Amino acid sequence: MSVSTAIATAFDPDGPRVLAARVTRRRASVLPGFGLSLGFTLVYLSLIVLIPLSAAFFKTAQMTWPAFVETVTTPRAIASYKLTFGASLAAAATNALFGLIVAWVLTRYPFPGRRMADALVDLPFALPTAVAGIALTGLFAPNGWFGQGLSQAGIKVAFTPLGVYVALTFIGLPFVVRTVQPVLATLPHELEEAAATLGAGAAQTFRRVVLPIVLPALLTGFALAFARAVGEYGSVIFIAGNMPMISEITPLVIITRLEQYDYQGATAISVVMLVVSFALLLLINLLQAWTRRRLGAQV
Amino acid sequence: MSLRLFLALAFATSSAFAQTTLLNVSYDPTRELYQDFNAAFAKAWQAKTGEKVSVRQSHAGSGGQARKVIDGLEADVVTLALAYDIDAIARKSGLLPPDWQAKLPRNSTPYTSTIVLLVRKGNPKGIKDWDDLVKPGVAVITPNPKTSGGAQWNYLAAWEYAKRKYGGDAAAKDFVTRLYQNVPVLDSGARGSTTTFVERGVGDVFISWENEAFLAQKELGPDKFEIVVPSLSILAEPPVAVVETNAAKHGTAAVARAYLEYLYSDQGQEIAAKHFYRPSDPKVAARYAKQFPKVSLFTIDTAFGGWQKASKTHFQDGGTFDEIYRPGAKAQ
Repeated sequence: MSVSTAIATAFDPDGPRVLAARVTRRRASVLPGFGLSLGFTLVYLSLIVLIPLSAAFFKTAQMTWPAFVETVTTPRAIASYKLTFGASLAAAATNALFGLIVAWVLTRYPFPGRRMADALVDLPFALPTAVAGIALTGLFAPNGWFGQGLSQAGIKVAFTPLGVYVALTFIGLPFVVRTVQPVLATLPHELEEAAATLGAGAAQTFRRVVLPIVLPALLTGFALAFARAVGEYGSVIFIAGNMPMISEITPLVIITRLEQYDYQGATAISVVMLVVSFALLLLINLLQAWTRRRLGAQV
Repeated sequence: MSLRLFLALAFATSSAFAQTTLLNVSYDPTRELYQDFNAAFAKAWQAKTGEKVSVRQSHAGSGGQARKVIDGLEADVVTLALAYDIDAIARKSGLLPPDWQAKLPRNSTPYTSTIVLLVRKGNPKGIKDWDDLVKPGVAVITPNPKTSGGAQWNYLAAWEYAKRKYGGDAAAKDFVTRLYQNVPVLDSGARGSTTTFVERGVGDVFISWENEAFLAQKELGPDKFEIVVPSLSILAEPPVAVVETNAAKHGTAAVARAYLEYLYSDQGQEIAAKHFYRPSDPKVAARYAKQFPKVSLFTIDTAFGGWQKASKTHFQDGGTFDEIYRPGAKAQ
């Protein structure tokens, strides 16, 4: 299949070649056990990631190409891709912005209850997603705490695409905060002070000094939050309304096909999700590598 | 495959410790019914044979439950929302014979139900029959027929009503399309829809299993909801079956069969009636006649030529339900 070869080549070119180059250059590595640990890594990755995913590709490969195209381009499937990827990107972007602020406050300002606030950040990680979904739906339903006020203002959140966005924002927050936090913690105050003595204003210091250092971590956090959001099912399903063409996420389209015993159709759509997610994540990783290189050149 | 192995291991280890254990894989709104029934059966079985038996139950949308059994969830018995789902298990996995429905009395249907309309107190939108569901400004709650057995009964009841009243399938399709354009939330199972309507306060009318409507009324008080009985509805026949291959493997064939037969006994029928399922035994049915509203009922076999045909025409890919959500699909 062309898709799987695309993935295979995407995996290959960088990894082994770079590693091979390193092996030949440093004969006596400072770190022992390189061969063993590399072997272990490859086996582990294959076992945990590649083999289960390739099962989806094999199942799909039983379909003919026209059948595959027809399945993955039905209007309902396409509407669901738009919603899933659109809401995931929007939620990850929201988290990138507000997660950065949260991380900044948590690392820079000592205040009473900071540890509590810090622990709160992890809750969306720990909570079963169904619990999160039910809690959010309860809040945003027309008779819920938030929903009552919002519906008076004419805004509907629960059972609309907006609800999907809210749920995805909720579950994505820890990813950004936890990746940005350590970088901010190691960022010396002196850098900002130096910038100030050189006449930089607050905005300039942030833009020219802080942001470039934080950006790679922020992009990683964004990518993680995005990846999590794309695959999210449990928390979204309760709040989405699940209307075909409007508020139906791709994972639900897949589940629906499974429940109708259409295994091939389900895996075909999964394959599309996998490929698009992989392409987007690769793009974000490249972007991150690029910013890091650019930053390295600057400093 | 690996899932099947994992489940097999999980159940093998769990059954090694317990006494006799049965797994009943059921559909969404039967939780309360089987909680009661399981306790009664365990008592009766111990009195009769001295053997202790505990029954575990699993509930979700009917279609999904069938798929789990096909994928390796080792159910000893299945008690699903419609025959089509048990047919699917027989067809796809061969875990029970194709003629499973002939193995127990009355087409393996110990209790029946029907589809009614649940509205909010005082019936503010004046819902009296199916026609009121397609009026503009009425929000209708019903689950997704792709995943919920109950929703398929709902869909077919509305379809047949319109077909008879307005004449023909084209009119029925138009009617159902308009009805679904009034649906703001499609949950995947009947219980999810109950929550949406009852707890979340969404919608004006909830197309519901009769038993689920009675339960909502009982749990939350008759001062909150009213049941509206439509002029025509469908006789919903949720069937039961022993998953023979699994039961043979677990050595539970006899107790599994006894379990389902107990559903037909006086006690079993009484428990079903108490949970607002219509007993199939005429004697018990007569005793509870007052509890159930009189509805003019039709069966799926007479109106739609059976489940295989109904499912193909309406719920499978490219069926009438999919066409409702085709972009640009509009009721005339």
